[in-house]
Amino acid sequence: MEPFVFKTRLHLTIILGKKAKNIIELLEGIKTVPGSCIYYHTHKFLQQHHYLSPEPPNDFAFWISNILQEKTLGEQMAAIDIMQFKTIKELRDKFIEIIENYLSNKKNFNDVMPGSEFQFLKSQSFVINTNHIANNIQEFYEILKKISIDSLYFHIFEARLRLEKPTNDFSLWLESTGELQIAKKIAQLDPYTQTLQDLRNKICKLLEKKINVS
Amino acid sequence: MSVDIKNYEQIVGKDVIDELFIIAEKLKGKSIQNINSTAVGGGVAEILSRMIPLLQNLGVNASWDVIKGGDKFFNITKKIHNGLHGVDISFTDDEIEIFLEVNRQNAKELNLYGDILFIHDPQPIALIEKKQETEKKWLWRCHIDFSNPQEKIWLFLKNFIEQYDASVFSAPSFAKELNIKQILISPSIDPLSDKNKDLNKNEIKSVFEKFKIDMEKPIITQISRFDYLKDPVGVIKAYKLVKKYIDCQLVLAGGGATDDPEGEKVLKEVKESAADDPDIFILLLPPGSDFEINALQRGSTVILQKSLKEGFGLTVAEALWKAKPVIAGAVGGIPLQIAHKYSGILTHTIEGTAYWIKQLLQSPDYAKKLGENGREHIKNNFLITRHIKEYILAFLSLYYNDDVVNL
Repeated sequence: MEPFVFKTRLHLTIILGKKAKNIIELLEGIKTVPGSCIYYHTHKFLQQHHYLSPEPPNDFAFWISNILQEKTLGEQMAAIDIMQFKTIKELRDKFIEIIENYLSNKKNFNDVMPGSEFQFLKSQSFVINTNHIANNIQEFYEILKKISIDSLYFHIFEARLRLEKPTNDFSLWLESTGELQIAKKIAQLDPYTQTLQDLRNKICKLLEKKINVS
Repeated sequence: MSVDIKNYEQIVGKDVIDELFIIAEKLKGKSIQNINSTAVGGGVAEILSRMIPLLQNLGVNASWDVIKGGDKFFNITKKIHNGLHGVDISFTDDEIEIFLEVNRQNAKELNLYGDILFIHDPQPIALIEKKQETEKKWLWRCHIDFSNPQEKIWLFLKNFIEQYDASVFSAPSFAKELNIKQILISPSIDPLSDKNKDLNKNEIKSVFEKFKIDMEKPIITQISRFDYLKDPVGVIKAYKLVKKYIDCQLVLAGGGATDDPEGEKVLKEVKESAADDPDIFILLLPPGSDFEINALQRGSTVILQKSLKEGFGLTVAEALWKAKPVIAGAVGGIPLQIAHKYSGILTHTIEGTAYWIKQLLQSPDYAKKLGENGREHIKNNFLITRHIKEYILAFLSLYYNDDVVNL
């Protein structure tokens, strides 16, 4: 069995220097910005507010609802189920489809006040190995309890959507160890609708059924 | 106080400090030379004096040099500073020549030994003219609110900025369209400084006794300069709306603005507005009153930052760090620090501010929750340890262009 090396990922925010003052410019931006920008604006809330709120608002939805004051479109954008998308491209296409549908029935578009424009950002991720390595499921459980939120975040979110792996890293490794049931159950957890701490607790609970809890 | 990165473990956790050591290790063999225009006074010097020892603690080869310039030069750079804030200034060809000459003289005299030259603010920006002669990475850090600069000044600086390998800004709105990488790094507060460190009950009590403020009655506090943009008169109006229903006190405390004629005028208006209300305390604090500010924030029931315009507004982070419920104007960098109704309250008017003060005074459990969430948000996003992490990543990013970098 290959040991599981816990990694973590630290990120730097990059300003693209591109901004949108109305919904048309936002749509144009969503169509043309790099994938890492779409990723940033759909995952920033998770990184900054993971302990507060299990809501999955993305930056686009937040800006449309709270700054543009287009509540209906904002709600549609917030309700996108990110779990069902396997690539950033699919997710981007979904955003475009929703906005274009909405615009087909609208004739007037408001500009926001200067200073309230949507600013397109992206993140540059630095992936590093932590000093934690699990050789078996028991060690995996013990480490999982204490790793940083960033490490948990990397293996659950970044692995799947940004690095386009079929599922999260934990499930992939547990499958390789023959723990198919647990792997499947972890893969089914929706990380976007709960805090990372809750997610950690749930995964630990699943593992506890398999191992000796001290 | 001696600086030791290990002291921050108890606050942010061992895992966060361990990660700092891991990424610092990746900078092994690279020296980082910071260059700015003053060794003491001002925000940049304050940040560098905390940051450099902590970076060194982590094993990063970081150092700090200061350029030299006479009165003429600093008068010109003051003009540039005002121009970047949108003030209409004139900038003659002679002044441009002096600015460049001082930079060139410094470039000659300074030993530019760093593998990474980290240049702070506009004063030393033209050192970049040396880039062709060296095989180094050049990073420019802008500490100024750049959102509405005067065009001529901006174009003059842009010519230099675009020669750098990358730039660093404090808020997305300060950034411009540039053909180089723009990194976003927010400012931070130091949880171990006198202004933010933990205080015991007696220490807090002593400050309230000194100013004769009753700790048994609700206390609403705004800490800021006496400046129209901080709207102290609006704060008094909001307090008066609340006072009709709840017996409370108002503390307006700020640094001395005696060299600022407008500051005195604002202070006079504030005093007039407060009239003879014995429950309004207007405190003009001398420089170095960090301990008093810390205690006033900790002993207050609700903290306000009713700014009409704001740079980043770090006083909000300071109050939230003390787990206080904060009501603040939704301007500048404040919405980055407060998620409305989760980690504080954002308002736009005097009436809205009064409404929320009443709500929070009447619902202490909710107010407490806002404060706790606020502290958690600051802990994760606005402490000096996050700032250090991003500086190290910014240095590393000069060597990597990919969106995902495996170190």
